[in-house]
Amino acid sequence: MGHGEAGTAGQGQDMLQLITDKGVRVSHPELDPYIADVTDEELVKLYEDMVVVRRIDTEATALQRQGELALWPPLLGQEASQIGSARALRPDDFVFSSYRENGVAYCRGVDLTDLIRVWRGNASSGWDPYEINMATPQIIIGAQTLHATGYALGIQQDGADSAAVAYFGDGATSEGDVNEAMVFAASFQVPVIFFCQNNHWAISEPVGLQSHIPLAGRAAGFGIPSMRVDGNDVLAVLAATRWALERARSGGGPSFIEAVTYRMGPHTTADDPTRYRDANELEDWRAKDPIARVAALLEASGALTPAMEEQIAAAADGVAKDLRAGCLGLVDPEPEAVFAHVYATPNSWLERQQEHYSRYLAGFSADTTEGSN
Amino acid sequence: MIKEFKLPDLGEGLTESEIVSWHVAVGDTVVLNQVIAEVETAKAVVELPSPYDGVIARLHEEPGTVVQVGETIVSFDVVDDSAVVERSRNPEPGPNPEVKRVPTLVGYGADPEKTGRPVRRRRIGAPAPAVVERSAAEPKPGSAATGPAAPSPQVETTVAAPGAAVERPRSTPPVRKLARDLGIDLTTVAGSGAGGLIVREDVLAAKAGAAPVSAAVPAAAEAATAAPGPAAAAQVPAPPSSSFAGRPREERADIKGVRKHTAAAMVASAFTAPHVTEFLTVDVTASMELLERLRARRDFAGLKLTPLTLVAKALCLAAARQPSVNSRWDEANGQIITMNYVNLGIAAATPRGLLVPNIKDAHALDLRQLAAALGELAETARAGKTTPAALGGGTISITNIGVFGIDAGTPILNPGEAAIVAMGAVRRQPWEHNGEVALRQVMTLSLSFDHRLVDGEQGSRFLADIGAVLADPALVLAMV
Repeated sequence: MGHGEAGTAGQGQDMLQLITDKGVRVSHPELDPYIADVTDEELVKLYEDMVVVRRIDTEATALQRQGELALWPPLLGQEASQIGSARALRPDDFVFSSYRENGVAYCRGVDLTDLIRVWRGNASSGWDPYEINMATPQIIIGAQTLHATGYALGIQQDGADSAAVAYFGDGATSEGDVNEAMVFAASFQVPVIFFCQNNHWAISEPVGLQSHIPLAGRAAGFGIPSMRVDGNDVLAVLAATRWALERARSGGGPSFIEAVTYRMGPHTTADDPTRYRDANELEDWRAKDPIARVAALLEASGALTPAMEEQIAAAADGVAKDLRAGCLGLVDPEPEAVFAHVYATPNSWLERQQEHYSRYLAGFSADTTEGSN
Repeated sequence: MIKEFKLPDLGEGLTESEIVSWHVAVGDTVVLNQVIAEVETAKAVVELPSPYDGVIARLHEEPGTVVQVGETIVSFDVVDDSAVVERSRNPEPGPNPEVKRVPTLVGYGADPEKTGRPVRRRRIGAPAPAVVERSAAEPKPGSAATGPAAPSPQVETTVAAPGAAVERPRSTPPVRKLARDLGIDLTTVAGSGAGGLIVREDVLAAKAGAAPVSAAVPAAAEAATAAPGPAAAAQVPAPPSSSFAGRPREERADIKGVRKHTAAAMVASAFTAPHVTEFLTVDVTASMELLERLRARRDFAGLKLTPLTLVAKALCLAAARQPSVNSRWDEANGQIITMNYVNLGIAAATPRGLLVPNIKDAHALDLRQLAAALGELAETARAGKTTPAALGGGTISITNIGVFGIDAGTPILNPGEAAIVAMGAVRRQPWEHNGEVALRQVMTLSLSFDHRLVDGEQGSRFLADIGAVLADPALVLAMV
């Protein structure tokens, strides 16, 4: 099970788990070795990450409803997939994500204001990718898998032991870009991880319509070993990512991880999921909440006390407050700012455009008649 | 100090939203991010979190009102202003913040005027549209033609005024900006530029001799308002009632909200599931007598017992005997899902339109519990408080058209369900009874089913079972 070499792994590929829905730790021979070193204290940290990320998500959603952000793609329900995978990475690994990986960006150390700059419509791009080794979010579905594969080819050429990780969703697996990236990655055996968060819905399209077999099974067709894990189980996701990283660092080539999770909120703040999905489905997944199960496990072992939970919640509130202050403090850019970061070097065509635009803007001032007709 | 909260664009590029309900009242103390209202956009019903800690000073709009993006909907009395991080917008405020923003750039944001829907530019060659005036939105108290502002706000009144509406005069954005700043209406300005283009000088000239030129506009508008003939000019305009008199010749309302959703659901259902409808007329005198006896019982006191109660119960019993009527076609997985429980949908006319909330596990309820659940469902629906959870997961439905005095119909399936029963009115009719013609209480049942899932035999047996129970409730003893 787990691996796709035999080409038979697709149908009925098992979903591996280390923490059950109810918060019971179960063992798995394939995954256990990868998380043997994770102590209760470290698991508490993963719990805290998830709580903070969910709080950031709630605050950003509220900011959108208050007219302070134009749009926000909530990650509610996908915390374990994002935290478990991102916390497995080293600083020199490089992340290429979609627009929903705000939890991953948090782990990479992104500045909170940079995280929401784009969603406020304040800038075309939020941060310098090389500062945190994470590219800015890709809006084109699946395109980042090609970027990640190309970057991984560079790592291979450099002879380094870092890895590139591409984050994408279930819907993206239907895109040509993702399939091309997997062909290319397998051909050159580059150190890339295809990390697919199967959150069950590509906006309003259910995953069952996109694939008749588990998504992890698709990797076998490209000759890429895959693993299918419970994406709401932070330990299982951590273990799977470490498995893939080990392969990447040791010249083992690409890996594919399907993290089976659920988007509990809307696709974006402009979407209403009650129009296309059954309310019962949401109830079912609420019972599999990624944070509640870790809390249950840690409470049972005594590693997490009510006082600690309160402390963590307060810390999360503090992060939310910083996020709000950063958002409201953003200064609207001047119209000419749109020209600032198009080319790294001077470009005469762009300069001409900017000059025309400046003249056009000057036409609005009362003391000139230039550009009035 | 008072802080106003303006309706934001809650989706991507939406121009308006409807206030569904307020969760707070004037004087309430609220905290940051506390839900204060529910609003419905063209895309979703969403909750609005409070942007401030403070006290609600004023609610500017009533529930049910359609509000344009950018209009103030609520004011807060905020105590500690210094603690609130002030947003740093561009320093230059408009010359007069009271003046509504008029876009100077083509495609620059939505037209904030109260047109009720996004404005589309006229296609080349298409006839000029008639002037559309919102009579209810901006009532002119002195005008005899206006009358009481009775029509609902989203209704537009079309007033014939040929030639009055023209394409916006050609000009450049800076000139439009100048005209707006000076308060000049460009439709009153003749262009001296190439091809009639209005240039800056034309606007300045218009400003110099402004008074007579701009005065023409309100006059024309008044004339247009007074135009629609004797009916509108009558001293006592008829309120919207049973007669056409006093109403505009045509009225337009936007397709949105529940109406839009209903339409899509009906089209999807009607053209996905091949519908078959069957009818059965039943002598329900025995059922009506049973209802009388039950109403007299103490354990049914306070419960609303109607023919619907018995039909609902009979349906649950009959569905257990013909499971295909309570199944679902799962196209994606190529499977038929048969539900061994009944989530019974009841079509309800609500303030938001037609909704089909369902009673979960109705099959497990006894008659008392079922009657109570039906009553609660109806009350919730009437109050407009039906939750999405109550709307999802239905397995089979009933629509009660008898309450409108109707006998039979061909109901359309609630999407995803295999069967729906329409109950007709109970009427006293001459009917065969014990070999003679007698006046009996008679009702017609109409059953539509999805012929992919249900064959004629199963559908017919299902309907016959319901009919049998209603004709002779004692038969239940033979069925369970």
